[in-house]
Amino acid sequence: MNSLQELADQFSKLVPQDTPPAQPAAAAGASPAPGAAPGAPPPPIQTTDHAAKGFHLDVRVRPDQVVSAAELLDRNGFAMDAVTGMDWIAENEMEVVYDYFHPANSWRVVVRTRVPRSKPELPTISQVFPGANWHERETHEFFGIVFLGHPNLTPLLLPEDATYHPLRKDFTA
Amino acid sequence: MSANGVLSSNPQSQETFVLNIGPQHPATHGVLRLKVTMDGEYVMRAEPVCGYIHRMHEKMGENRTWAQFLPNTGRIDYLAAMAYNHAYVAAVERAAKIEVPLRAEYIRVITTEMNRISSHLVWFGAFLLDLGGFTPLLYAFDDREKILDLLETITGARLTYCYIRFGGVCEDIDDNFIQGTRKFVTEMRPRLKMYKALVTDNIILRKRLIDIGVIDKEMCRKYGATGPVIRGAGVAYDVRKMEPYSVYREFNFDIPTFPEGDCMARYLVRMEEMEQSLRIIEQALGKLPAGPVQSTGVPRVLKPPAGDYCYAVEAARGRLLVRIVSDNKEIPYRVRLRTPCFSNLSLFEEASAGMMLPDALAVLGSLDLVIPDIDR
Repeated sequence: MNSLQELADQFSKLVPQDTPPAQPAAAAGASPAPGAAPGAPPPPIQTTDHAAKGFHLDVRVRPDQVVSAAELLDRNGFAMDAVTGMDWIAENEMEVVYDYFHPANSWRVVVRTRVPRSKPELPTISQVFPGANWHERETHEFFGIVFLGHPNLTPLLLPEDATYHPLRKDFTA
Repeated sequence: MSANGVLSSNPQSQETFVLNIGPQHPATHGVLRLKVTMDGEYVMRAEPVCGYIHRMHEKMGENRTWAQFLPNTGRIDYLAAMAYNHAYVAAVERAAKIEVPLRAEYIRVITTEMNRISSHLVWFGAFLLDLGGFTPLLYAFDDREKILDLLETITGARLTYCYIRFGGVCEDIDDNFIQGTRKFVTEMRPRLKMYKALVTDNIILRKRLIDIGVIDKEMCRKYGATGPVIRGAGVAYDVRKMEPYSVYREFNFDIPTFPEGDCMARYLVRMEEMEQSLRIIEQALGKLPAGPVQSTGVPRVLKPPAGDYCYAVEAARGRLLVRIVSDNKEIPYRVRLRTPCFSNLSLFEEASAGMMLPDALAVLGSLDLVIPDIDR
């Protein structure tokens, strides 16, 4: 890979630009609720200004594509940065955000996907990046997002018998 | 089982036992627990058990204003708090498009680099303590004391700084600080020479560290290990150069790398980094511009435009990424802290398999862990 454009092209084979990724029904047509990004849904692959956002490429994929996205970035020499969640309760969705950095270049790529709040499930990427193992455990305990195929989806930071998910917006202590 | 050139005892042996290290154990530098399955003297599996000092900083970020979260950032990696101040403040400045006066950026760099040296000195002392050498700790803390005294005069704190503020820093630095810092830089160089002669070149230390705990660049990439760990694997990855922020472009400094990937390489990276930080401080003091240290354009009630913003800095232990999500309210929608120790420790289970127990503890020390940075 020589440029970000080349990487964006590789992504566009995975996520065709003309057909935006299928959104769960709850989000379709929902007006931007408080807490939601305003305006029309952004294109699935966006090049962003690093000085303004802190990353170069922002890719939206379907939940079943996160592994292919991780493999694509792995082939291009990217490193695991972080996995985290976000609870968009007004849209009844959970977002999972994957951060990647490149150890030899300054490129920063964000891959994000959304799962319905009622069934927050998506495949694990820990077989591609073993570093995702702990990040997914953390995202699981904080948000209740289930990473299918994860080798050890037990609480990492919360007590081992914790049954609550503190970063959900409807969590009350 | 074979790893890092170490052969385990009889592989047919089914007799193993579980050794519990921590959460209250000096070698784990805080409240980390290791569940180690041992085959005689050899580690079969060392599983870190985290969470003993978990405080849920990310949730705290969602129930206080943008400014009220600032003191929290000084309590994550308490040995290098300045970089955490910086990353969070700069992320909010990026979101709210706040300009920072040049003098403030220089002061941020000077204080952060001072803090990096003081943090590395704690690691130096504690690491040697792990390996059985008591004396270096006393020398390291002597040097560190000078930094803490200097930073205390301008920040009011010795450890949990809250000095970097939206749009600048909270106090200007005075002549006392500038003279004191110059004096410190001159005094520190011979100390680093002495550390090399007395500690780095010591045959016992070298035998404990060379070829022990090889973490190669592929493992770093897969686990997201950064900081001295990836630079000790020969990769010149440093956020100050890769995603230059603040005024780091203005200074000449090198990124020390050592390709061996063993404990010695990580040791040498940190020792070299202290000299590079001294270089940066020296240049920044020489070029320190006059002017205000606080922007006048910071609104009293801060409501950054809706969106998702990241800011990465090179903290003492590696890449620190702060992601903030704003919904244009006084309170953050989400604050995510990606801390270096979390990723650096996550490779320990793979890296330590097959080692002798004292070597595994040397690896643990060479990762320079701060437990509240993992548990947050």
